[in-house]
Amino acid sequence: MISKKIILRFPKENSNKPFTSTLSRQYNLTFNIMSAEIFPRQEGRLIIELSGDDRDFEQGIDYLKENGVSIQFIEESITIDYNKCYHCGFCLPVCPTNALLIEDRNTMKVELHKEECIACGYCVKVCPVKAIELSEFA
Amino acid sequence: MSEFKVNKTIEEINEKIKNREAVIVNAEEMIDIVNKKGIIEAAKSVDVVTTGTFGIMCSSGALINFGHTKPKIKAAKVWLNDVEAYGAVAAVDAYIGASAVKRNDPLNAVHPGRFEYGGGHVIEDLISGKKIHLVAQGYGTDCYPSKEIEMDITVNDLKEATLLNPRNAYQNYSVAINTTDKTIYTYMGVLKPHMANATYSSAGQLSPLMNDPFYLTVGIGSRIFLAGGEGYVIYHGTQHNPNEERNKRGVPKTGAGALAVIGDMKQMSEKYIKGASILGYGVSLSVGIGVPIPILNEEMAFFTSVKDEEIDAYIFDYGYDYPRKIDNNYGLTNYKQLREGFITVGAKKIPTTPLSSYFMAVKIAEELKKRISEGKFYLTKPSASLPLSKDYKPMKYPKNYL
Ligand code: SF4
Ligand code: SF4
Repeated sequence: MISKKIILRFPKENSNKPFTSTLSRQYNLTFNIMSAEIFPRQEGRLIIELSGDDRDFEQGIDYLKENGVSIQFIEESITIDYNKCYHCGFCLPVCPTNALLIEDRNTMKVELHKEECIACGYCVKVCPVKAIELSEFA
Repeated sequence: MSEFKVNKTIEEINEKIKNREAVIVNAEEMIDIVNKKGIIEAAKSVDVVTTGTFGIMCSSGALINFGHTKPKIKAAKVWLNDVEAYGAVAAVDAYIGASAVKRNDPLNAVHPGRFEYGGGHVIEDLISGKKIHLVAQGYGTDCYPSKEIEMDITVNDLKEATLLNPRNAYQNYSVAINTTDKTIYTYMGVLKPHMANATYSSAGQLSPLMNDPFYLTVGIGSRIFLAGGEGYVIYHGTQHNPNEERNKRGVPKTGAGALAVIGDMKQMSEKYIKGASILGYGVSLSVGIGVPIPILNEEMAFFTSVKDEEIDAYIFDYGYDYPRKIDNNYGLTNYKQLREGFITVGAKKIPTTPLSSYFMAVKIAEELKKRISEGKFYLTKPSASLPLSKDYKPMKYPKNYL
């Protein structure tokens, strides 16, 4: 079983294809749409959490890639630079999923749980020292 | 005859530091020691308690002297990396304020503005040894004929680079909420509508003036840890108000005392000072400060043993009341609740998050402890007191607990 949050980008020509229903019917994958920006004949962007068996997951991802959908795993695109971060906490109230949080109330260290991140980008704007990066791929 | 059972002097403590015999603990550790031994035994065994804080302190800036150019200029206007510094100090002196913004910054034209670069960042860049582009303009005089100069400088090219902060290390601070129906972007961070979150900005039990609430040892001339170097308290901070309402422990319930501080930027490290871009608000500077508190008697042992649950803070509405200067509050909370992550206002449970780094405050208190233990940092006796509180009488506050 595998479950990951992914940013999908569809080329203009393909933005109307029913990718998501294929993912569930042919590959037995379940998904949870967290944000969608899809308009006819425009590049689309979908943020989903995709879950299923390891093999199905891989095949589903391959299917998307073959159809020109670019895939970005959120876990791999968000980074926090601990040389810059000084654990102030400014980013905490804006994180909608508590991906950023203080777990240890003794040290008050601010931690990032990448698997919870939905790439909303709020923390990037709020961090006063620009310690968080969310790579938007080409 | 002294009011105290334990009586030590700064000179005696410095002598112990010199002989590596001084006992130094941080303000967190002091809580346990006093708890176990009581204030008299604690005062006998501990010589210095170190404190720390690392948060955004807008009332900060740097005084630089860039040396005379050939031909000379009487700089009236000065820019550092396109951020304006105040030039009308003397020919080649300028003061750059932490909250100065870059030329042509869009500010809040598209709200909330990002404020990518400003005075706080120039100060951080100087301290980290980066090259800074300096432009100065003058009107030309017989003795200072040049009208414009441009050059790249680093902190080492400057004759003097002095951090000079009119108000730092606030003794306590407000807890912020937002009762309106819109998200607001403030110096207290992002505050969501309908009191959906609360922010606070103090290191609580570790914060310098929480551990010397009546300014009995911290005064003009106190040597401190300032952004990695040695600095000094030079005066009370602007807005210093010793007569704020205090609790049973003698600790004020909101911003009260503050320190004006000074230090040589060439000794500082970017690890302990950071330019800050506050969304929708502006540019500022986060400053790391550590103050050593000498345990001269059992009363200072008592004061330095203060813990988060014994420090109260008033809750204020930054959505409606604060901008209109309406004197109103939403009750009291304390730093234990704030740190644990929830406060209650009326029947509402509100999540809380910090703005001042407790994590770094501990690191600073530890670093200062290390420097004193190694004989690299000695205490000074203040040459004058900060404005004192009318509330203080020797042993008045410890008595409540004896
Ligand atoms: S706002 Fe930035 S510096 Fe502050 S805790 Fe978050 S990531 Fe770290
Ligand atoms: S981008 Fe930042 S704020 Fe948004 S979910 Fe991820 S960690 Fe949280």
